[in-house]
Amino acid sequence: MDYPGDDLDDAVPISALQHYSYCSRQCALIHMEQTFDENLYTLRGRAVHEQVDMSESRLEEGMRIERALPLYSRCVGLVGKADVVEFAVDGTPYPVEYKHGPRRSSEHDDIQLAAQALCLEEMTGREVSVGAIYHHSSRRRREVAITPALRDRVKSMVPKIRDMLRTGQLPPPVADERCRHCSLNDSCQPHAVAAKQRLHRLHRALFTPEDECASS
Amino acid sequence: MRQLLNTLFVTTPNAYLRLEGETLCVEVEREKRLQVPLHHIGSVVAFGDVMLTPAVLRRCAQDGRGVVLLDRNGEFSARIEGPVSGNILLRQAQHDAAGNSLTALGIARACVVGKLRNARQILLRGAREAKNTEDTQSLQQASRLLANQIRKLPEAVDLDAVRGLEGDGARIYFAAIPLLIRANQRQVFNFERRSRRPPLDRFNALISFLYTLLVNDCRSALEGVGLDPQLGFLHAVRPGRPALALDLMEEFRPIIADRLALTLINRGQLTEQNFESRVGGAVYLNEQGRKVVLTAYQQRKQEELTHPLLEQTVAIGLLPHVQARLLARTLRGEMEGYLPFLNR
Repeated sequence: MDYPGDDLDDAVPISALQHYSYCSRQCALIHMEQTFDENLYTLRGRAVHEQVDMSESRLEEGMRIERALPLYSRCVGLVGKADVVEFAVDGTPYPVEYKHGPRRSSEHDDIQLAAQALCLEEMTGREVSVGAIYHHSSRRRREVAITPALRDRVKSMVPKIRDMLRTGQLPPPVADERCRHCSLNDSCQPHAVAAKQRLHRLHRALFTPEDECASS
Repeated sequence: MRQLLNTLFVTTPNAYLRLEGETLCVEVEREKRLQVPLHHIGSVVAFGDVMLTPAVLRRCAQDGRGVVLLDRNGEFSARIEGPVSGNILLRQAQHDAAGNSLTALGIARACVVGKLRNARQILLRGAREAKNTEDTQSLQQASRLLANQIRKLPEAVDLDAVRGLEGDGARIYFAAIPLLIRANQRQVFNFERRSRRPPLDRFNALISFLYTLLVNDCRSALEGVGLDPQLGFLHAVRPGRPALALDLMEEFRPIIADRLALTLINRGQLTEQNFESRVGGAVYLNEQGRKVVLTAYQQRKQEELTHPLLEQTVAIGLLPHVQARLLARTLRGEMEGYLPFLNR
């Protein structure tokens, strides 16, 4: 599925893929409603990223390492930035995404990495078959194969996100277990928005003040 | 729930604020009076001639920490803000709603019902606590009249009708307020009617000052969720007027400001000495008085109330943020009708 635009004005941010795969409303709140709330997790994440966000390019043992490298794919319609990309001597890129927390569900991270791989392939003309997630807390790398299934997930998700951002429609809250650790809980108000019946009940009683019970 | 951080109120003339590492230092005449870690501070409010270094301004703006400059009487002068905030879709929805007379009417009605119901709670509580039956009966009578105004609201067909009911309701409420002031304080706080610009008695001076603090908090809350504080529904648009902040403030006036004013008076925390009068009759809190009020306001914000819709306790200081968010959700079509915060 090719990206219809000839420039990247309408391109989907790579980070949106990760948000979308977690919760489409979270994705809309961040990329459409411009919401950003800090909590403990995002603060930790920011501290980790501050170390990798300084864009630079250097050589280490014959390998070129790029930090905060701008990425794009005109075919898929993606833009973003890679934390770290290591270029082997033959020029093959190897993306490394930094994560602050211990490994939770790897799917979201893998999708993000696959999106980076697709961009790097288009930008360099070389196949990117593998990348890694670096877990800051355990200081371990987990290597991820960029499988056809993962590539398809990215390619099918991008148009959905683009359509959502275009229409400006906010998906309803999921109001489930996911909300507990979500940094956007206060802005999303998942349970208040989902509590339609409670809202109706309170609305119905709004203009009928209770009697003075303790009047005697 | 998001954390309620302290507001640093700087009232001392010629105080000098600068950064020292991750802390904020307040110096007066080159002497360090206070040093607070930045992460304890949610916003800085400076009264009158206070100096802030560019580093303080930049850092606060960057972190989304509000910096508000008020004049010595608490009137708004300026706000320093970072690049965040700003949801054009939300502002567009707000403008559409303001242009739709039915939607605007619904929100205006909600603001007024919130104000009148919370005002009525104050009268009812006063009736329960009154020292003599005469006061109890008068307060019950006033609350009955307020209840009538509330019941009439759904039939108000336009904004003028809503504003009319609001005005009558406010008169009924303020007429009963003197009964909530303890007998031994009624001499000093002889409140008869609401007067602003300037306040003409001590009670008016006190609530005017509290309303100024409150409207600033409401304004920050609205800006925080990306709403335009100048485009209101109940309050008409006027250049320089934070009409939406005034709308949002209505439901909080009784529970945050009026309640606090009465407590400060009845507990004897404020006396004649805390006020000054100007030639011609204007009355203001003096510096000492403002300090007493600011401290109490800050403490009041830390107290918690149960939110009927969220069904959880919320610090009073966060209520404007929660309600601003609910208003935003309503405007974006996610919730049916704005629901004001009602105190039990």
